Amino acid sequence: MTNSDINRLKDKAFQVFGIFCTFIGLVVLAVFLFDIIAEGIARIDWDFLTSLPSRRASRAGILTAWVGTLWILVLTTIIAFPLGVAAGVYLEEYGKKNKMANFLEINIANLAGVPSIIYGLLGLEVFVRQMRLGGSLLAGALTLSLLILPIIIVTTREAIKAVPRSIRDGSYALGASKWQTVWNQVLPASFGGILTGIILALSRAVGEAAPLIVIGALAYVPFTPSTPMDEFTVLPIQIFNWTSRPQEAFLTNAAAAIIILLIITFLLNGIAVYLRNKQQKKVKW
Amino acid sequence: MRVSEKVIEGLLWLAAVITILITAGIIWVLLSESISFFRVVSLAEFLTEKEWTPLFADKKFGIMPLVAGTLLTTGVAIAVALPIGLTIAVYLNEYAHATLKQVVKPLLEVLATIPTVVYGFFALTVVTPFLQQFIPSLAGFNALSAGIVMGIMIIPMISSLSEDAISSVPRSLREAAYGMGSTRLQTSFGVMVPAASSGIIVSVILAISRAVGETMIVAVAAGQQPRLTLNPLVPIETITTYIVQVSLGDVPQGSLEYKTIFAAGITLFVFTFALNNLSFWIKKKYQEKYD
Repeated sequence: MTNSDINRLKDKAFQVFGIFCTFIGLVVLAVFLFDIIAEGIARIDWDFLTSLPSRRASRAGILTAWVGTLWILVLTTIIAFPLGVAAGVYLEEYGKKNKMANFLEINIANLAGVPSIIYGLLGLEVFVRQMRLGGSLLAGALTLSLLILPIIIVTTREAIKAVPRSIRDGSYALGASKWQTVWNQVLPASFGGILTGIILALSRAVGEAAPLIVIGALAYVPFTPSTPMDEFTVLPIQIFNWTSRPQEAFLTNAAAAIIILLIITFLLNGIAVYLRNKQQKKVKW
Repeated sequence: MRVSEKVIEGLLWLAAVITILITAGIIWVLLSESISFFRVVSLAEFLTEKEWTPLFADKKFGIMPLVAGTLLTTGVAIAVALPIGLTIAVYLNEYAHATLKQVVKPLLEVLATIPTVVYGFFALTVVTPFLQQFIPSLAGFNALSAGIVMGIMIIPMISSLSEDAISSVPRSLREAAYGMGSTRLQTSFGVMVPAASSGIIVSVILAISRAVGETMIVAVAAGQQPRLTLNPLVPIETITTYIVQVSLGDVPQGSLEYKTIFAAGITLFVFTFALNNLSFWIKKKYQEKYD
């Protein structure tokens, strides 16, 4: 064999390895989903969705967990959406290109890289102790809002950046002020992109357990929360709790709860991807 | 009119400045609680003591076992994710058909959207029993399974950032390599990967930072036994797991045990902060090399 034959052989070999690597992740994902569904699907019924937690695995349900997750979703959206979009608008439309802007940018990138459990420690000290909110839904939602704020700001900025200069110039030429231009032109034009970012951020928040455990969310809450000041649990914490028990029956419960959590996560991601594609098709500047 | 414009701008500015307050808040919280911890436990003991037993009667406060546990799971994760992720990046860029790339990339991203507690369940109930068939000495809780699963989770992080870096290498470099008679493999690893090395290194650093701060996978599957070891087959404890362990128990607020989670937290924060800023620095320094 000549050198070039050997090189060609190596090239082919790498191609096979490349295919192998590309699909191994997907195969693991498929095995995993199959395993979870096989173990948990039979456990899901109306009772499982509407029962309170219980010491007996066969009677335990996820009512408090999914209601808590829903509460957290709504509260986090109410807090993080206006804050994140406002910050994104300021940085993109108002911020001057100076040292301060540079510092803000690096700071936001840094925040995006802070581990979620550190946000839990922040929430524990500031919201739970100093503001005396306790392990309440509000404390949890505030903590998660801070966690997803960098994601919302970054995607908002990207969406706004995609709006062409000419739209703004047209608005100014008609005598609109800066805020009128932003409110009537820039934000409507970039709303699809902003919405996509927020939904992706929320799908991240839905799956978080660590920061909520740190602020004191409990695994066992015997009632569904009815105000933002109530104690709560969420699906990921319930899953964690059931997974850490030795009895097989609780693992089945965990698998069933995982199916519900994955449905919520995939649904949110699906909506985000759908919105992004629709936006890309609709808008041709 | 002008007044309301100013008020609105002020409000928007406030929203932007909150991000600085968050950073300040994190640093203040970690520092203030850790400082009162270090009044009781010396920094020297914290860094050199070989045992971490704050919850036992015989209290020892050496962070090293937790750091070792964290580095061990991170090491396993990177050992899995780097070769696979980089190979995927090269394969999609140089070998794969454009349609395959369009289909595979978003599918791989799904791996990054799955909640981490779900990965923990997978590590504990599927990967560990599977590996025990080949490694009988593998404990029920271990760094190996947790690390492997964490590696799978961060594959898309390395593959997509590296792929972006490789595809931004100018066409002329690639064409020159092919013009010299190189195979695709030689072009990839002789020209493209070295040319994109800064972007690839950034992706790996960000992946390490992510793995260091990962909590739920290790909390579920790696155990709760702080141990100064590099053996991936036995139960260990990471910094993040320790924080979760204390949060789940009923340690009284304000006690020394309670403050240990902030001391552990600041250690974690220092690691990830350094890694993130290293990645920004590399990105800034090298990104415009080919423009």
